[in-house]
Amino acid sequence: MRPFTYSRPGDIAELRRLLATAGDDARLLAGGQTLIATMKQGLAAPEALISLAGIDELTGIRVEQEALVIGAMTPHADIVRSEEVRGRIPALTTLANEIGDPAVREKGTIGGSIANNDPAADWPAALLGLDAVVTTDRREWSASDFFTGMFETALAPGEVIVSVRFPVPRRGAYAKFPNPASRYAVVGVFVAEGADGTPRVAVTGAGPVVFRWAEAEARLADHGFRPDALDGLSHPENGLNDDIHASAGYRAHLIGVMTRRALTRLAAADEAAE
Amino acid sequence: MGEVNPIEIELTVNGETRRCRVMPHRLLVEFLREDLGLTGTHVGCDTAQCGACTVLWNGRPVKACNTLAVEAAGAAITTIEGLAPSPKGIADEAAWHPMQRAFHEHHGLQCGFCTPGMIMAAIGIAERHGDALDEETVRAELEGNLCRCTGYQNIVDAVLAGARAMTPAAQRGDG
Ligand SMILES: Cc1cc2nc3c(=O)[nH]c(=O)nc-3n(C[C@H](O)[C@H](O)[C@H](O)COP(=O)(O)OP(=O)(O)OC[C@H]3O[C@@H](n4cnc5c(N)ncnc54)[C@H](O)[C@@H]3O)c2cc1C
Ligand code: FES
Ligand code: FES
Repeated sequence: MRPFTYSRPGDIAELRRLLATAGDDARLLAGGQTLIATMKQGLAAPEALISLAGIDELTGIRVEQEALVIGAMTPHADIVRSEEVRGRIPALTTLANEIGDPAVREKGTIGGSIANNDPAADWPAALLGLDAVVTTDRREWSASDFFTGMFETALAPGEVIVSVRFPVPRRGAYAKFPNPASRYAVVGVFVAEGADGTPRVAVTGAGPVVFRWAEAEARLADHGFRPDALDGLSHPENGLNDDIHASAGYRAHLIGVMTRRALTRLAAADEAAE
Repeated sequence: MGEVNPIEIELTVNGETRRCRVMPHRLLVEFLREDLGLTGTHVGCDTAQCGACTVLWNGRPVKACNTLAVEAAGAAITTIEGLAPSPKGIADEAAWHPMQRAFHEHHGLQCGFCTPGMIMAAIGIAERHGDALDEETVRAELEGNLCRCTGYQNIVDAVLAGARAMTPAAQRGDG
């Protein structure tokens, strides 16, 4: 790894002062689970790292009206342990618990994951599926505007994610087909019935960036949240990722399978609640 | 680029407070092995895949090859050496941690390269699940720790036995 300077501000005001003087070659360090590896490989060589670990206001989970607000620096493992999350949006507990492995989950954060926007990351599916809002130090982004492309987001240089607000849906479920080695999503699908009954189907892993499957959403709106609402429907393979992990055709097939699996989980959760 | 200087950090390693100067780009695993001489923490892949470098960070498992030493300022780190603190070292069987004893009794190791990381990960699993631990959970949560020798069966048995021995009832002797 190339040498770099390191600082650890204690609050967002100090962070903004440091960012203002650091110039373009400064990078924020969250859990480091992606960034350190990238730097070890020489794919990134920032001159300055600014650690977010000292900023308490970036960590933690709170309930606000009909929403869960999760601080950017909250590690995946804290989200798994949270009773607030499990009680309101259990699909987020499941999703967080299937990221990587336990040690990665203790360090890796939700903010780092969405800032990185790996096409195979899990969190983007939850944000888009639940119509979440990303709050930064300067504005709010709806999830549909935030994830703009492969490893690309709407964040301006030096813009810091503060938290993510998930509106509590009526129901939600996540199903992923993990890469057997990395556990990243070959395809992951988040299905939600919003507070107003609107269906949302968000797909990660399959394309360059997370996207909604509009045809499936229309079927659910017409026929209800049942796996057989999708009978005869399949996702086209054009535009999907095609790489050593899976062909575009296989990913297209998996989108259908994971969407149905998520719908089956929704139904099972309903029965358990009755 | 501005001049890069070492940074002074204070942290706890195996219960002892340490004040050290480290370069910002020093990995936690390099700091533990090379600066402190705690070579029980291994480096297998150096890419956060194999878990050989797993240590406890405020009681929770993390991969030391994927973490900066400077980030550990203020934290309490436990390495395999800190589990059986005895002047006689690992030779002192009476001082072994219940998870170490379980790996010994269940033959949960062959070459031993993965073992320090396995034991740290196993302690994390036991802490997270306590009495409720089952085989399926152990297998799922050993995801980040690779063993090239054992075929895992004996490791899974050891983790289950070690977790049972770590419960408060077992520690009191009435479990
Ligand atoms: C072995 C392994 C397996 C994994 N498996 C999975 C998986 O199955 N699914 C999955 O989704 N992910 C997986 N990951 C990735 C993991 O979820 C990471 O947590 C995540 O990619 C990055 O989070 P981090 O906190 O480590 O961020 P870092 O690595 O510290 O930062 C990543 C990027 O985000 C920027 N950043 C961080 N925080 C902020 C902020 N608050 N505001 C603005 N920018 C910010 C940084 O500058 C950097 O560019 C895996 C990682 C590893 C090592
Ligand atoms: S050496 Fe750290 S995970 Fe392999
Ligand atoms: S005992 Fe040899 S790698 Fe596990």
